[in-house]
This record gives sequence, structure tokens and C-alpha cells, in this order.
Amino acid sequence: MASIKLKAKSLEGGLVEVKALMTHPMETGLRKDSATGELVPAHYITEVVVTANDKEVLKTNWGGSVSKNPYLAFSYKGAVGDKVKLTWKDNKDATDSAELTVE
Amino acid sequence: MKKLLLSGLLMSSLALTVVYAAEEPNADAYREMTYGDRDANPALLVVDRGEELFKAKRGSKNVSMEECDFGLGKGVVKGVYAELPRYFQDTDRVQDLESRMLTCMTTVQGFDEAELKKKTYANEKANEDNTDLEAIAVYIAAQSDGMKINPPIAHPKEQEMIKVGEALFYHRTGPLDFSCASCHGADKQRIRLQNLGNFSKAGADAQKAIGGWPTYRVSHAAVRTMQHRIWDCEGQMRLPDTEYGSPLTVALIAYLTSQAKDGTYVLPGMSR
Repeated sequence: MASIKLKAKSLEGGLVEVKALMTHPMETGLRKDSATGELVPAHYITEVVVTANDKEVLKTNWGGSVSKNPYLAFSYKGAVGDKVKLTWKDNKDATDSAELTVE
Repeated sequence: MKKLLLSGLLMSSLALTVVYAAEEPNADAYREMTYGDRDANPALLVVDRGEELFKAKRGSKNVSMEECDFGLGKGVVKGVYAELPRYFQDTDRVQDLESRMLTCMTTVQGFDEAELKKKTYANEKANEDNTDLEAIAVYIAAQSDGMKINPPIAHPKEQEMIKVGEALFYHRTGPLDFSCASCHGADKQRIRLQNLGNFSKAGADAQKAIGGWPTYRVSHAAVRTMQHRIWDCEGQMRLPDTEYGSPLTVALIAYLTSQAKDGTYVLPGMSR
């Protein structure tokens, strides 16, 4: 299963709109396990980078306040044919990415 | 002074009235801003997972759910949810999507029913991901996106189920002496800011509720199905846990769906 759902389409005015849904638990580190009373260790995305034709168009730092299965949408100056790639990293050093060509 | 105070009072009560009157449209505007973009619905991730589960060869018989009939023939998923609940000849009863899934998974795939029912819903308090059952249900339901709510009513057992559901809807029971109609039997009722649909009459309220379910509950960070909705409502009425796919749940779903007839499914839904 694709853990990231990535979409991109060209808009009028030379813009490309990127939309992405990411599968991630986004544990804040503040929640207690009701059975054990122990804190559930934090597990969240710390960084999302989006490139277009290998050039960075968005970089964002995230933390535990971002919701589970987060959604990200933005637009950048681009065109049909751009190769868009989104990569996230989390605080456990896991990473995932998705890419597509803008149509 | 007295005059000033009075006009001040008048002003504030006027202001309150304005705020109160504007509340409903504001809640809708807020919803549009938050959930208006259908691409923003994390349920789409769960739909993808459900599709994989649906098409995977699973169970002791190692077959996929494409071998199952959800009412429109073996392997058909497009539009089946729009025509459920319905009467099935092989089980000789009316079934909703999820009770039909149980039939499919036990008889066709060879899963153990008791095992399947052990964990039907993700526990949002433990930040759990959706169960396989929830994922499969939302995948199947999403294949009726944009279609008319059109449950069949020709068979006598379908008519009976709707009547039983209606009776249950008005049946007061439990420690609080509640019925579904206690909350959902009048116009413009709400709990805090949540509007309560009036499902005692056919039309818009029922169409909106049924048409947007299964839904991604943002406050649960999970997809919720109609079985979960009924289970949760019964729990709020302080009644015992409803059994997944039980006749009681199917009857209530059959009644509510018939009240929503001719509405449009917008699936997967997204709500607070």
C-alpha cells in the first residue's frame, strides 16, 4: 500500500498545486497507555521536503502537534512535466517518499 | 443612568441574538473550510488499504472477497453500497454492508466469525489504526460515491426490517429511558454545537447523515462505519454493546437508510 497519497496538477498562472496525505501515527509522546500507565513514546514526522525536478520547493519542520495521517497542500511556480517528489522523515529516523510527474 | 443601563442591556441581548442566529451557518462555513477539500480526507488512505485487503487472497480458504456477492452479483463492488441493506436469498435475511461482509468472510473465505468480532473497531483513545473490517467497509462504500441512496424495498423481508427498525427507533429503554427518537425525533436539536438530525421524517437530515457515512471522524483520527455509529449511539443511551452485524443494528440501519432514500452518497465522508 502506498503510505503517501500524492497529487499534483498545474493551475492557471504557472502554478502547480501539490496535495499529499501521509500515513503516520503522529504520537505526541504525551499520551499514556491506559493499560500500563506508561507514556507512549513520541513518534512523529519531523521534516517534510518536496522537490520539483530535484530542486527544493518546500521544506517544513513538524512536531507532535500535527494530526495523525497529516494532509499537506501548497502550490509553487512550476509546469506540466515537473517531477515532484515528497519525502518525510520522523523522529525514529524512518522515512518514506512518493513521486509523480505533473500532468 | 437607568436609561443607559436599560439600553446597554438591550444592546447586549441584541448582540447575543445575532451571535446565536449566525451560529448555524458559521458551523457550516467552518466545516467547509476544514473538510471542504475532498483530497484532504485521510479516509482515502484507509480506502486504499481496504482495497488491498478486499483483493487479497485471505482466510483458511485462501480466496479474495471478489468471490462474494454484495447484491449486484459476484465480484461487483461498484454501486453495491447504494443498494444496501437488502434481502439476500442465500442467508434468507436482510443484511447491511457489514453483516454481509461477515457472511462473505466466514462462508467464502473461511474466517472464524467469533475471531472477526473480537476486534471490530479501532480504539481512538489508544490512537489505533482502523481495523481490517473498517477498512474493507469504507473501500466498498466508497465505490458508491456520487450515487443515489436507493435501498430496495420490494421484498417483504426488506419491508419488515424497515418496520422493525422504525419500532426500535421509537422504543424507549435502558437506565435513561432513551429512544433514538429522544435525540433524533425533532428538528433543530443539538448536543453542544453538534446538530442532531431529525430522522423521524424522511428527507434532508437523514440523507445528509446516511449519505456521508462511513466517515473519517477527525476527533477519532479513524474511519467510522454505520455499525460503529449505531454501537456508539446505543452506548450513549447506556445500553449494552450492540453485536457487530446483529439484526438490531441492521434493522436500525435499514430504517435510517429508507428515510434517506434519494439522497446522494458523498463517500468517504469526513466529519468532526
